[in-house]
Amino acid sequence: MAVDMRLPTVIKAMSLSVSAADRKDMVVPGDVITSDTGFMRGHGTYVDEDKLTASVAGEVQRVDKLICVRPLKTRFNGEVGDVVVGRITEVQQKRWKVETNSRLDSVLLLSSVNLPGGELASRNDLCSAEVQSVFSDGALSLHTRSLKYGKLGQGVLVQLSPSLIKRQKTHFHNLPCGASIILGNNGFVWLYPTPGQQEEEAGGFYTSLEPVSLSDREVISRLRNCLLALAAHKVLLYDTSVLYCYESSLQHQVKDILKPEVMEEIVMLTQQKLLEQEG
Amino acid sequence: MATVQVSEAEKVYILHGIRDDLRVDGRGCEDYRHMEVETDVVSNTDGSAKVTLGHTAVLVGIKAEIGKPRPLIPNEGYLEFFVDCSANATPEFEGRGGEELGTELSNILYKVFNNEHSLDLRSLCISPGEHCWVLYVDVLLLQCDGNLYDAISIAIKAALFNTKIPRVHISSDDEGGKEIELSDDPYDCMRVDVENVPCIVTLCKIGHRHVVDATLQEKACSVASLIISVTHKGVITCTRKVGRGSLDPESICEMTEAGRRVGKALHSPLMKLLQQEESLGKKRQKVGFLG
Repeated sequence: MAVDMRLPTVIKAMSLSVSAADRKDMVVPGDVITSDTGFMRGHGTYVDEDKLTASVAGEVQRVDKLICVRPLKTRFNGEVGDVVVGRITEVQQKRWKVETNSRLDSVLLLSSVNLPGGELASRNDLCSAEVQSVFSDGALSLHTRSLKYGKLGQGVLVQLSPSLIKRQKTHFHNLPCGASIILGNNGFVWLYPTPGQQEEEAGGFYTSLEPVSLSDREVISRLRNCLLALAAHKVLLYDTSVLYCYESSLQHQVKDILKPEVMEEIVMLTQQKLLEQEG
Repeated sequence: MATVQVSEAEKVYILHGIRDDLRVDGRGCEDYRHMEVETDVVSNTDGSAKVTLGHTAVLVGIKAEIGKPRPLIPNEGYLEFFVDCSANATPEFEGRGGEELGTELSNILYKVFNNEHSLDLRSLCISPGEHCWVLYVDVLLLQCDGNLYDAISIAIKAALFNTKIPRVHISSDDEGGKEIELSDDPYDCMRVDVENVPCIVTLCKIGHRHVVDATLQEKACSVASLIISVTHKGVITCTRKVGRGSLDPESICEMTEAGRRVGKALHSPLMKLLQQEESLGKKRQKVGFLG
């Protein structure tokens, strides 16, 4: 039994040296972006006495004559093709309402579910799906028209900010450390034990309730803590960064990873490794 | 209390993990999350403390006022508890949503402190039957991530340690009545002895085992919990069972023993930390709320 009690310390902002070209144009609400009236204003901006001002905290994006500010912390704004992990909140006649950390609940139509046993998803179940289209009010329409999507079985859900997930070709990864991960674009990350050979072929909505082995559990718990550590230090999440963080954390016990000084150390090592790999 | 939704498969995963003593975040069944304690955060109170337990954040402020003692106990002061569930913690607490939880928490606090050993209430008496110190303990829930009782009790103990009650002396004035004078020196104050103040331990029954410091997901898998308040000597001052499920007598005994063990072990690191913080004195860098 362990009790870790201590006095609070101010979290120091950690940043490795970034070249001037890479430095992004960050603004906070109220910052003047430009006084030039020739620009069109996009999302996240407003005009205040002929000056274009930011209304959210984020990065300024200029596309020809359009200026918009992309907020750093926001609800998930889905686009067609995004992979999401969501929780079913409501079961209706011919569709499910899925919570995906967006402004409105997403919709999973029964007609978009083409899997054996797909009708058996009930309230509070988790599922992975892809965005098929966006309704006019901004709600997302999801589909599970592939064996890799479907109801999720045993595992751990980590809820993070959508802006931390890097857009990649694939969001389903079988990590070499012994667990699998689904990095949903909406910030919901699902960690689960890598399914065996027979289970992969069954796919769809079949869930196994067999106890997961202790070694798999340790890997999943360690990954979960690593994800939280990376998110706390605002590091972009993708399979490589998660893996490097996992490797850097092996010298510590799983439950120690969430201590502030251990988090800092692990994230620093991860960022160094990532820079070395790119540079 | 704030609730999260958990699917059946997630519940099974959590249950099996607890059975093997490996929780989702890698802790054992009797481990606490990372805790941070800071006192003297609110300047216009006589004592205050802020405790962060994982993502749960609790703020306690104590004000000492002179009042009339209770008619049945004329030579003791007393404590008044008020718990405010702020809407900052979770949208469920908006408006009057947090009132029910707040009253439940205050009632348990009254029960926990309702014995003659927790605090020396006689030291709070000024003149028997006429004047005594009343300590108004206000608890504010800032963030809710499970295990409110434990965080609140640790914050109360830290705030009581930090409380400085001004010294008064009574003099009789011309008409024969009593006059109370506060001393001029702002540093001339008395402290409350918090050695016997109990700490609350919440044990949630999940499957056949129990866990200490449950997160909201683990709480969703449990149907019954036991709340035990334990002093540093291992004396239990109050027990209460919460939840819709039932507990059989053997589990209650087992959980009580575990609660006593865990509760006893909470006090010495807390006192050491509080004394360390006090010894830093003016050099201490206050973190407060913007850290």
